[in-house]
Amino acid sequence: MTEFLPLLKELISAPGISGYEAGVRPIIENAWRPLTDQLNVSRLGSLHGLQKGIGSEPQPSIIVAAHMDAIGLMVNAIIDGFLRVTSIGGIDVRVLPGQMVTVHGREELPGMIVPTPARLLPSNEQGGVVSLEYLLVDVGLLPNEVTRLVRIGDPVSFAQPPFETGGETLVGHSLDNRAAVAALTHCLEILHSRPHIWDVWAVATVQEEITRGGAYTSAFHLRPKLAVAIDVTYGREPSSPSHLTYPMGKGPTIMRGPDIHPILYSTIIDLAERIEIPISTEPAPRSTGTDSDAMQVVAEGIPNVVIGIPLRYMHTPVEMVALKDISRAGRLVAEFIAQLDQNFMEKLSWDD
Amino acid sequence: MTIMADEHDFPQIGDEQIKLLECLSNACAVSGDEGEVRRIVLNEVRPHADEVKVDALGNVLATKRGSGEHSLRVMLAAHMDEVGLMITSDEGEGIYRFDTVGGLAATDLPGKVMWVSTEHIPAVIGIKPFHITEPDERKKPFTLDSLRLDVGPATGKIKLGDRATFATSFTQIGPSLRGKALDNRLGVATLIELIKRAPPNIDLLAAFTVQEEIGLRGARVAAFVFDPDVAIILDSTPAYDLPVWDADENVRYNTRLDAGPAIYVGDSSTLSDPRLVRFLIETAEEYKIPYQIRQPGGGGTDAGAIHKQREGIPSVSVSVPGRYNHSPASIVRLSDWQHTLNLVETALSHLTPEVLAGDR
Repeated sequence: MTEFLPLLKELISAPGISGYEAGVRPIIENAWRPLTDQLNVSRLGSLHGLQKGIGSEPQPSIIVAAHMDAIGLMVNAIIDGFLRVTSIGGIDVRVLPGQMVTVHGREELPGMIVPTPARLLPSNEQGGVVSLEYLLVDVGLLPNEVTRLVRIGDPVSFAQPPFETGGETLVGHSLDNRAAVAALTHCLEILHSRPHIWDVWAVATVQEEITRGGAYTSAFHLRPKLAVAIDVTYGREPSSPSHLTYPMGKGPTIMRGPDIHPILYSTIIDLAERIEIPISTEPAPRSTGTDSDAMQVVAEGIPNVVIGIPLRYMHTPVEMVALKDISRAGRLVAEFIAQLDQNFMEKLSWDD
Repeated sequence: MTIMADEHDFPQIGDEQIKLLECLSNACAVSGDEGEVRRIVLNEVRPHADEVKVDALGNVLATKRGSGEHSLRVMLAAHMDEVGLMITSDEGEGIYRFDTVGGLAATDLPGKVMWVSTEHIPAVIGIKPFHITEPDERKKPFTLDSLRLDVGPATGKIKLGDRATFATSFTQIGPSLRGKALDNRLGVATLIELIKRAPPNIDLLAAFTVQEEIGLRGARVAAFVFDPDVAIILDSTPAYDLPVWDADENVRYNTRLDAGPAIYVGDSSTLSDPRLVRFLIETAEEYKIPYQIRQPGGGGTDAGAIHKQREGIPSVSVSVPGRYNHSPASIVRLSDWQHTLNLVETALSHLTPEVLAGDR
């Protein structure tokens, strides 16, 4: 069930830092075109794809959101042919020295992030972590060429090429959250040949990593009855505490907390058990840190459910994900949608 | 002594030489496990040398004799090995501990892909997600002990003692070359070119050495075997020609890109023979080859072992300047490599016993 692998590799080979998603959106459009009845792009750049349901008017609709933006960097100074950068999204600067990047200047330039050598730093910066302000990007060109080709504000994306490792896993940058875009595409494929009553809006949102701007505005624009966010969650590995992480390859997580409507949570849990998809419950005591934070409070409020795909080394260029967890997340959401009847909303009561 | 410029036909670095450097750079040869580079070297030098052997430590020793009866015996050394990692413990499910081999900074490892073993099995060194770290935690450098290699959950191909290097593919970018281990595959590629067009006035004794990065071990025995009259060491030295944090003038650059080959006067293990330094400078000036003097100070090359071998061997080192040596990739200029080859080739073809005739 990994026919989405070529698509996912293409997605994580494309740029698309928050606010600059144009590099990845056309790839998703191409993948969704044969699977949807309608495609449009929101004012902020999110991609909406509609799969018509077979219910009767008023046709209920559901959003399934997966953000397509990625963390990255942006040029904020040019000094003697070297670039200084600031971060877009949460990046631990300790992964940056020696990292390969693409600078999206007047041309695409291959660059490498390098620390200012210790001997050229103030004494209090030597021997420790070199802070972002003293990291530089070397694009291998002479200073006059750099000035000609690069401007302040140019986006910089990670250039780590994807690769598969043993045990059906994929490594690369931006798997947060292109893995979920692949899961959503897998969901559309299943629903494409499966009758469903509800209209389904697949949404590849923009700017999740910074403002959730895509989720707020697309949810308002489309005004669904329900919303599902698919995002990545912390995969278990030796450097992270086990109580905050979920085993990779052992199924998606269903988040539980104030973002999530409790009846949606229990409906999904029961469904997963019935169709034998392994899952874990992921407590999210305050917020889920996903597009649901936004979609929950749009307009009159929207009941949400959040599916997590365990991902190791999140927000580094070497994120690792199990392909099985992606297909399981996609299938779980597809099965959930397929079983929604015309009057499902009547079940979402708060009568305890 | 004065050198009179003749019509000199400089060797050209073209696609063929760059392609060879690419193969050398992408090969994995951590100190003590140089086989992948050694195979490339043997293939390249065998058709051109009079004698080629692999010694007890794994050095490739190639001899190309000059036309005279008693030619000057000139040793040229370039180390084949690179810094890297060794797998030291299998923690199960594709997770491994490792240790460093040579001067590799733990701070360069987080978030990188490595090639493990000569099969180049890709593995990652991941870190805890940003979201679940504290700001204070992110100010502390990672220790080696806290990092792991992750090969994915279903791999049984990796064995204790396997080596790993940064998974960096060589690339040419405008005037630059970028790749891992250009320290010292540049020296290796230069030395291969020199064997292919060895001048007739000398016996060229080429040593492609092992284990330079962990104590100049190969060079020491190679110099004993060759017992040369003089030695020139080809290496790559750091260029710290980056902006100073406060934009002040950089006076601690060691060497600079675009300034030509770096001639060593003194480093932490060798005081170069001044007669050889003068000879190289005069050759460069006579033939209008750009050059720079490496700022005297730390660092070192195979010269540290060679000049103290037997009764002493007059030695000098020449390096291609390289930024970010020992990190996932070095960035060097093609022009600096070309000028380095020009300088050493021209110097060799004019090297005579008279250069060393006077007292040091």
